[in-house]
Amino acid sequence: MTFINYASREINCKIVYYGPGLCGKTTNIQWIHEQANPEKRGKLVSLATETDRTLFFDFLPLDMGTVKGFKVRFHLYTVPGQVFYDASRKLILRGCDGVIFVADSQKPRMEANIESIANLATNLKDNGFDIRTIPYVLQLNKRDMPSAAPVDEMERLLRFRNEPMLEAVANQGTGVIETLKACARQILMELQKG
Amino acid sequence: MAKLDLVMFEEEFKQLQDIIGRLQKDASAKVVFLVDKNGQQIASAGDVHSIDATSLASLTAGNVAATDGLAKLIGEKEFSLLFHEGEKDNLHISIVGKRGILVVIFDQSSSLALVRLRVKKTSRELLEIFERVETRAQSESSNTTKFESPFSEITDEDIDKLFGD
Ligand SMILES: Nc1nc2c(ncn2[C@@H]2O[C@H](COP(=O)(O)OP(=O)(O)O)[C@@H](O)[C@H]2O)c(=O)[nH]1
Ligand SMILES: [Mg+2]
Repeated sequence: MTFINYASREINCKIVYYGPGLCGKTTNIQWIHEQANPEKRGKLVSLATETDRTLFFDFLPLDMGTVKGFKVRFHLYTVPGQVFYDASRKLILRGCDGVIFVADSQKPRMEANIESIANLATNLKDNGFDIRTIPYVLQLNKRDMPSAAPVDEMERLLRFRNEPMLEAVANQGTGVIETLKACARQILMELQKG
Repeated sequence: MAKLDLVMFEEEFKQLQDIIGRLQKDASAKVVFLVDKNGQQIASAGDVHSIDATSLASLTAGNVAATDGLAKLIGEKEFSLLFHEGEKDNLHISIVGKRGILVVIFDQSSSLALVRLRVKKTSRELLEIFERVETRAQSESSNTTKFESPFSEITDEDIDKLFGD
């Protein structure tokens, strides 16, 4: 649910990073946080366990500049990836405007990627969204890993609606901003439909 | 289900702002926030600069969402109230209608009883405005002559500019 405030001339969009445990969701928004102009970024809030695993969510507000005289602000969220946090994941998808699916390129994680997309579809549906129509981007992360599966194989297994697909090495920042931009583009283009 | 955007116009926003401001004074609260259930701040009053409002909004929404989840788990519809008592400051969180969360931060210069009383009155007023916003949104989505969106011509360049290239 995009929140358009005509009084303060602001648009707020909620973008959720989804994917299996340890695929690099938190790393994506940490990189964005480090790169962003300190004046434009808010505080990075992480509800994490002692061992740095996301417990509930990470949250980063970002001021992006203006479109048509409206200040655009993104609210980036990540979900906890582990299977047993499903109830939390569902809650975080509430009212989201777009989803970035972060896939782990390592071959042994392919099954986990597939399961996580199926889980995303279910949880979106329970929140009243359709995975086939919501603004959506597929990021192939950890391209630097020796055990990374070939891109065309991942595409065959994970890409299902001609969504933008981007390669990334999130801990080095490769592809991180491009991924966010691909999602932002879809969300803002949706606004045109009114 | 169609996606229903929350569109807030100047007039409604000012009314919300007035109501929140009155609550802050009447309840002798330090700060009052009106937050959307999705974690976005709608209005605020009081000493707002003493607090990171954006994080507060997001964490409050997360808190309410988790509590909603707990309620469903034990067969309740929702818990309409959350109260956190601190050493100095207290946090009073209540649900307003389907999408609003009212957050009141107060210290010993007020009391839970006073806050609760004032919040009740405020909630009724807020609810009226929320309903108006919702009714309008619905009539617009079923109506072909809806208001002109300022975003009807977003271009690729607009988006490039947002990302600074
Ligand atoms: N080699 C490599 N490691 C990565 C990459 N992205 C993330 N990591 C590492 O993978 C681990 C898990 O990342 P994290 O962001 O916490 O995963 P999350 O569970 O999806 O939030 C961390 O140690 C990251 O440094 C990548 O592209 N390449
Ligand atoms: Mg994480």
